[in-house]
Amino acid sequence: MEKLNLGRRNVVPVGVRQMLIMTRYTFLDYFRSRRFFVLFIIALAIGLLLTGVVGYFKPAGFLASVLSFYSSWWGMSVTFIVILSAVFFGGDAISGEFQNKTGYFLVGNPIRRTSIYIGKYLAAFLASIIILAIFTAITLGNGLYYFGSGGVPYQFVESFLLAILYIASALGLTFFFSSLFKSSTMSILTTIILLLFVFSLVQTLVATLANIQPTFILTYGAQVISNVLSSTYPAAVTTSSAGPGSHFTLTTYNVGFYEGIAIMLAYFAATSIAGLLIFERKEFT
Amino acid sequence: MSSIQAIGLTKKYGSFTALSNLNIKIEGAKCVGFLGPNGAGKTTTLKLFTDMIMPTNGQALINGINVHKEKKRALASVGALIETPQIYPSLTTREALSMVAEIKGVPHNALEKSVREVVDKVKMQVWLDKKVGKMSKGMQQRINIAAALLGDPDVVLLDEPTSGLDPRGMSEVRDIIKKLKKENRLIFMSSHILSEVSEMCDEVAMIDHGKLLAYGPIEDIVSRFADKHAGIVEISVIKSLQDSTLKRIRKIEGIRGLEKLDARRFNLRLSGGIETQQMVLARLVKLNVGLIGFKPSSSALEETYLNVFKETV
Repeated sequence: MEKLNLGRRNVVPVGVRQMLIMTRYTFLDYFRSRRFFVLFIIALAIGLLLTGVVGYFKPAGFLASVLSFYSSWWGMSVTFIVILSAVFFGGDAISGEFQNKTGYFLVGNPIRRTSIYIGKYLAAFLASIIILAIFTAITLGNGLYYFGSGGVPYQFVESFLLAILYIASALGLTFFFSSLFKSSTMSILTTIILLLFVFSLVQTLVATLANIQPTFILTYGAQVISNVLSSTYPAAVTTSSAGPGSHFTLTTYNVGFYEGIAIMLAYFAATSIAGLLIFERKEFT
Repeated sequence: MSSIQAIGLTKKYGSFTALSNLNIKIEGAKCVGFLGPNGAGKTTTLKLFTDMIMPTNGQALINGINVHKEKKRALASVGALIETPQIYPSLTTREALSMVAEIKGVPHNALEKSVREVVDKVKMQVWLDKKVGKMSKGMQQRINIAAALLGDPDVVLLDEPTSGLDPRGMSEVRDIIKKLKKENRLIFMSSHILSEVSEMCDEVAMIDHGKLLAYGPIEDIVSRFADKHAGIVEISVIKSLQDSTLKRIRKIEGIRGLEKLDARRFNLRLSGGIETQQMVLARLVKLNVGLIGFKPSSSALEETYLNVFKETV
């Protein structure tokens, strides 16, 4: 192990210990930050808005069955909350170290950049999990209210775990762009545009126009979060006719269970490794 | 013995050479001022010694260990302050310093004591539990200095440490550096403030356009590069002088020029060396100008600096 004792009395901790030190203090910084408070309010607002709307209008689509409740409530909103968390906590996590010069406080110490990167990643992951937990608690509260003790199907547990995997991969992507750019604005804008608009647009275009299954798109993989909440898992491919004389065929792809997991894992691994390698080589000029 | 060493250290950005084949070895407990004009390569050198940037060629060694190959080992006994770092704004002074102390391996049972010690040194006790984001730039710089002192480092690398501080803060930092010197540490410090360097440092290294121009004890460098036939002394008088008195001072043999620093301080440019100083001092006493101070100015280093860099700027 890498125990060092070159200082007058101190032993520099091993990499994993230093990583956990970074996680603890970065999480503290996130937890007290305005962005955490804003995201907390957003998650709370979405949950309370849905509670009010469903409670007042009692829409049939929501209350027909326990699965349709979770599919409509959770499936519609959770990916949005995950994306916002990833952007809020990961968007400038690394670029901020350069732009705000916080990296100058850390990098000159006996700590590897890998420990800083992974430590910050874990802090962002934890902060995102807390935001997700708030929304999950509101969802479960309503589920139990409308459907009693049978209000938590195993599919919801699956969907919740998949949402956690989505957080991991979305954060991997945001950390990658955060490593790539030195400007926080650039990294935040790039990730938010990609996750909210570009991925959806490309997915629609390649699926409907080129009939290509968009397995290379993260948001496509994340559809598994809502797919598992369907009473019967959606067919892999569906086609429908559209346009005058029904000459135009629309193809829709639905990501499979294992396929979705594989896509999210692949994104997590590829973007995390690439982001880490970039950060290792990036210079504080 | 503590040491820092650059072996053929070179840093290029495309076609621009920020540092060219720097070879220097500094060892022992001393303070070395690192001087040079803006863009000379001072900060580049310090960044290479702290792994903030990678060398194009050569090696940066601290205590004989290559910083870029074994960063943790090399920096294990180093305290560094490069540029003006920012600290996570939601952390308090105590938390920010505890983070660095833990990273450096300060034992858990000594953490609180270590943090308090360095906070006392930079006189930030009142701000110990206040969030860093609410502090002025000068206060943050004090915390940065405190962070560099954590872990009892043998080697201290400082990049313009008094930058952003008010005069009182600057004076306090100078006192801290003087104390560090007495504690047998190697201090390598870049600065533009020559009076600061001549007050605190034993040696200077001068660099420009990425090349080391001179390195050695201040007296040696001054005697090598300063005008041997001239000198500058700073005099202080008890009250402001009338124009007629100033005229009489200007006429003293051996004085080539008089420059007013403020109402009661002047720089006298002399036409000769130590003998001329002696003669001018005697004449000033005779003139009864209310002389309370007479010291070879830090301008000796300034003059050296200007002589070294005049052709390179």
